[in-house]
Amino acid sequence: MKELDPWVFLSVFQEMLGFWLWIMLAAAVVGVVAFVALLVRERGLVSRRLVWSEVLGIFGGAVALVIMAKVSSSGFTDAGGPADWFLIALVYGVGLVATVVLAYTVLGWMSPRRSAR
Amino acid sequence: MPKNEPTTWPALPEPARRRFLSGLASLPLAAAAAQTSTPAQAASVKTSARIVIAGGGAAGLTAASRLASALQGATITVVDSRKEHYYQPGFTLVAAGIKPQDYVTSATSSYIPKGVEWVNERVAEIDPVGNKVVTESGKAVPYDFLIVATGLELHYAGIEGMDTARIGKNGLGSIYHSPQAASATWQALSQFADTGGVGLFGRPAGEMKCAGAPLKYTFISDDHLRRRGNRGKAELIYMAQSKSLFGVPIVAEKVRMLFQDRGVRVNHEHVLQSIDLDKRLATYKTPTGTAEQAYDFINVVPPMRAPEAVRNSPLPWTEGPFAADGWMEVDRDTLRHKRYPNVFGVGDIAGVPKGKTAASVKWQVPVAIDHLIGDITGKASTEVYNGYTSCPLITRLGQAMLIEFDYKDNLIMSFPGVIAPLEELWISWVMKTMALKPTYISMLRGRA
Repeated sequence: MKELDPWVFLSVFQEMLGFWLWIMLAAAVVGVVAFVALLVRERGLVSRRLVWSEVLGIFGGAVALVIMAKVSSSGFTDAGGPADWFLIALVYGVGLVATVVLAYTVLGWMSPRRSAR
Repeated sequence: MPKNEPTTWPALPEPARRRFLSGLASLPLAAAAAQTSTPAQAASVKTSARIVIAGGGAAGLTAASRLASALQGATITVVDSRKEHYYQPGFTLVAAGIKPQDYVTSATSSYIPKGVEWVNERVAEIDPVGNKVVTESGKAVPYDFLIVATGLELHYAGIEGMDTARIGKNGLGSIYHSPQAASATWQALSQFADTGGVGLFGRPAGEMKCAGAPLKYTFISDDHLRRRGNRGKAELIYMAQSKSLFGVPIVAEKVRMLFQDRGVRVNHEHVLQSIDLDKRLATYKTPTGTAEQAYDFINVVPPMRAPEAVRNSPLPWTEGPFAADGWMEVDRDTLRHKRYPNVFGVGDIAGVPKGKTAASVKWQVPVAIDHLIGDITGKASTEVYNGYTSCPLITRLGQAMLIEFDYKDNLIMSFPGVIAPLEELWISWVMKTMALKPTYISMLRGRA
């Protein structure tokens, strides 16, 4: 096996996304930090807010698929084999998780300070 | 052999014994990741060698980037007159109406690495005996090492009656010519998809770049007709130049089945000889004489050959299948010229079986460069190019087959058990439309 070089991945993604790569990476880092900070502040997860975030996450996954179809010039009938379903599940999953974390974090920081317990 | 070699320099790290993980190569992201030699690792060889790169396309620019990062003190010169760089793997997408014309054009200057001189002139003459390249204006550029990456010549004049100025008009398409022609071809195809009629496809005899492209375009045309509900009004005919549809037998058989499924008629051993653009009549050379075929749309793929500067030099093969069109006589494993050891040939110009593609460039250039650097350091390289190339063969809009193979016609699988090479998949289409270009650009910059 050749060694995997993360710098090569970075180079390819930079060519693909341009400046957006850094905005997206920054957003991801800020989002995760804010999420963790929220967990620390509230000493746990707030169930009610999590459920609402998960509901939004269902839509977030769908939006991720729409964006993916758009940027890859694809339609919704193009899946041809198991690898495609895996990719669809992956894109949906990423969209879902990102939306849940984002929604939970935004709602958490917007709402009055409360404790999970 | 090269002069001006310094006598001492730090030794190159022993090249990692790299098995060709060719499988990963055509999966652009994975391929990029599979590459070990990053610029930072390599910048260790000091030399005063003069290296000339004839041609500033995909292969020439990739070679320039890799040499610039691997060598210190070398004089590296790229000779090419073209200011625009074409991302040729994208031509099919432009001609399919998927991407705009400007998707495939960028500036050559943006890929010329720092410290590399660019002589913005056409290569007029290559003199491997006198170790020099002569430009159009008569300027001689001497070298210790030469990398020939001139690409090839689209020999439209080899088809009687063909006029490239008329591409896009009266049902005439020809993707290869230029970004403008690819875009004009889309206009012609789109019109054909509305009206139906007879659509002709095919490829020239002899070597050509991306032998999968004419097949792709047949599938793309079929799909556009279907999407507009006009497939029943059209007859699609693929004129194969030989008894086979593709150089790799197992792929040829798969394409035969797909053509049968899509209702594409195949005529074997038909090579486009002349065309009447007004009457829309194509004449083909066949084993039993000539055959005429009227058309409403045609995708003309011209014969291809080495550029004049190479054909008129001592570099081409003098016998065998690559001699007639002037392809360079290089060793298929190392890309080194068989008679002039300080000359290498990479990319389309290399007279090797298979692979006039960007994927070939990606795997050929590092091998040739490693051998060149081995000459400088005195430590012979053991790197071998196994003929790896790949082709995301679009079989309908939204799906492609990821086909990878080597000199021996072996199918190579990037992810065995996950992505089957002969399966029509969306994931392969996604790679073609999203990941291939960024990987290609990274390759030009020597980063992939």
